[in-house]
Amino acid sequence: MDLFEYQARDLFAKHGVPVLAGEVIDTPEAAREATEKLGGKSVVKAQVKVGGRGKAGGVKLAADADEAVARATDILGMDIKGHTVHKVMIAELSPEIEAEYYVSYLLDRTNRTFLAMASVQGGMDIEEVAEKTPEALAKVPVDSNSGVDIVKAREIVAQAKFPADVAEGVAEAMVTLWKTFVAEDALLVEVNPLVKTKDGRILALDGKVSLDENADFRQPEHEALEDKAAADPLEAAAKAKNLNYVKLDGEVGIIGNGAGLVMSTLDVVAYAGENHGNVKPANFLDIGGGASAEVMANGLEIILGDPDVKSVFVNVFGGITACDEVANGIVQALALLESKGEKVEKPLVVRLDGNNAELGRKILSDANHPLVQRVDTMDGAADKAAELAAAAK
Amino acid sequence: MAIFLTKDSKVIVQGMTGATGMKHTKLMLGDGTNIVGGVNPRKAGTSVDFDGTEVPVFGSVKEAMEKTGANVSVLFVPPAFSKAAVVEAIDAEIPLAVVITEGIAVHDSAAFWAYANEKGNKTRIIGPNCPGLITPGQSNAGIIPGDITKPGRIGLVSKSGTLTYQMMYELRDIGFSSAVGIGGDPVIGTTHIDALAAFEADPDTDLIVMIGEIGGDAEERAADFIKANVTKPVVGYVAGFTAPEGKTMGHAGAIVSGSSGTAQAKKEALEAAGVKVGKTPTETAKLAREILGA
Repeated sequence: MDLFEYQARDLFAKHGVPVLAGEVIDTPEAAREATEKLGGKSVVKAQVKVGGRGKAGGVKLAADADEAVARATDILGMDIKGHTVHKVMIAELSPEIEAEYYVSYLLDRTNRTFLAMASVQGGMDIEEVAEKTPEALAKVPVDSNSGVDIVKAREIVAQAKFPADVAEGVAEAMVTLWKTFVAEDALLVEVNPLVKTKDGRILALDGKVSLDENADFRQPEHEALEDKAAADPLEAAAKAKNLNYVKLDGEVGIIGNGAGLVMSTLDVVAYAGENHGNVKPANFLDIGGGASAEVMANGLEIILGDPDVKSVFVNVFGGITACDEVANGIVQALALLESKGEKVEKPLVVRLDGNNAELGRKILSDANHPLVQRVDTMDGAADKAAELAAAAK
Repeated sequence: MAIFLTKDSKVIVQGMTGATGMKHTKLMLGDGTNIVGGVNPRKAGTSVDFDGTEVPVFGSVKEAMEKTGANVSVLFVPPAFSKAAVVEAIDAEIPLAVVITEGIAVHDSAAFWAYANEKGNKTRIIGPNCPGLITPGQSNAGIIPGDITKPGRIGLVSKSGTLTYQMMYELRDIGFSSAVGIGGDPVIGTTHIDALAAFEADPDTDLIVMIGEIGGDAEERAADFIKANVTKPVVGYVAGFTAPEGKTMGHAGAIVSGSSGTAQAKKEALEAAGVKVGKTPTETAKLAREILGA
């Protein structure tokens, strides 16, 4: 889960990373009080989870409270690269800046360890720095168990060739940033820019944090950080039912068991769509190993509720779960939905293979549901589902 | 001979007495796995009856190894306790730990991986978030259905559980030496490369099927390894061509970030290493058949 800047700022502050005061608001009028609290001047910063908001006009200085209200009025509701601004942060004005740096910690998948990155070329896109002047970006592996103490932080700072007068201050900030990374179960903590001010302070002026949702069991406070308003309504409904669902922009609804098989199903449907009016998969939905009738019904309900869906492809490989149970699940799920008064009008193509496939197929044939078609190979079923979606388009 | 797991493997189950552990211990026993014990400190000294097979419960991995000579542990421990359980397996120096558990926090898996390194990698870790591995006709350590296929001469390594099953099913008449599910998490113990190296060295494997998916660069590195080190034919499949950027597709590790981790890049890297890559699982199976003349 990626956080907004103000949420990152709050977490930084909690763990001792030096930040400026700031308050998030969602109405222009609230900018007045927030600015007055800061002594009458502020920076109005759009809160969007996308880079380049400064260039887009999403960050403005306000010399007094009236101006802060005016700037907040301009920025709230603004569109920045497809993201609508719903919140702005009213931040303390930074003292004059002498230099901008970059520091971060992240997971290095390739080496299966954590990585510290640091550069004296901050304030710009770090991918650009990595590409144009790779020697200016220090990458230092961090052992998960020994972590970053002040000695390790000095090593990182030395490798990035920070000037002597800021080295110790940056190293101290690196230690607190590591604390944030570990204590919050983050996948990424990034400060860009980390600045040196004229009065000699080291400050984190902007940052990004991405959190590991697998750690939610020990991070009860993280739930409140979720941006529920921005979630796709179908994704939110699926999440409420513990379904692993991602909305996509096609017409063929997909249900399958197992992440890999569902990903593969999306591909096979997209290939089939090339021959049928370019229809594409409408979603990713993994109902997991034990596909009970209830889980199947929940999944079907979400997918049939998607107005973009014109046909549905249920692709199940019976592993531990037997196909007869899955077939019964589908039949019961349709009955369940119909009994709830929901009209099931979209055609379903079902492919069952693996454990007890014959029995499962027989159950579907015997049920003889007018909307359900059985196709016994994955490629064939994908083709049929694409054809039906194209016909209904 | 197979890789990592044979009929001589003595298997213990950490988390055996939980619901998932019970269910799969029974299934593994049914597939002929030599299960010599379970581990649960609160139930040490008791035993569990699986249709007439009494399996003793030990207080620790170390004790189980001392009393039974166990050399494989399969872990069905809930995510919150998985790190401690894996660390215990590493401390006991059990040669193979198969971590089935899904949903382990990355800071935990990174920590036990770093710990395994620090201890000299005496324990091979497979997973987490994997279906385990099977050597058909000999032993099954995990949740791969034992009745999909028979013993044969294809080796399979895969990030995905159900795609493993699908591929074993497509090629069920030919059969498999071993099939290893390495898991879809960002940090995993055994990689495609480790399994490729083992299959290359295994005299009972004639052809290797490698299944990858979006995210990370494991497939690209496997391609480099194949080019330099693998003489046996390799057939590949990569899932996730249509996955959009920035969305996690089920597996925690299955995410395209910017231009990195795309299925297209992985396919191209594998093809450049001489791997025949199928467009669909069925086409991939067909490529394997053509090479084997079966």
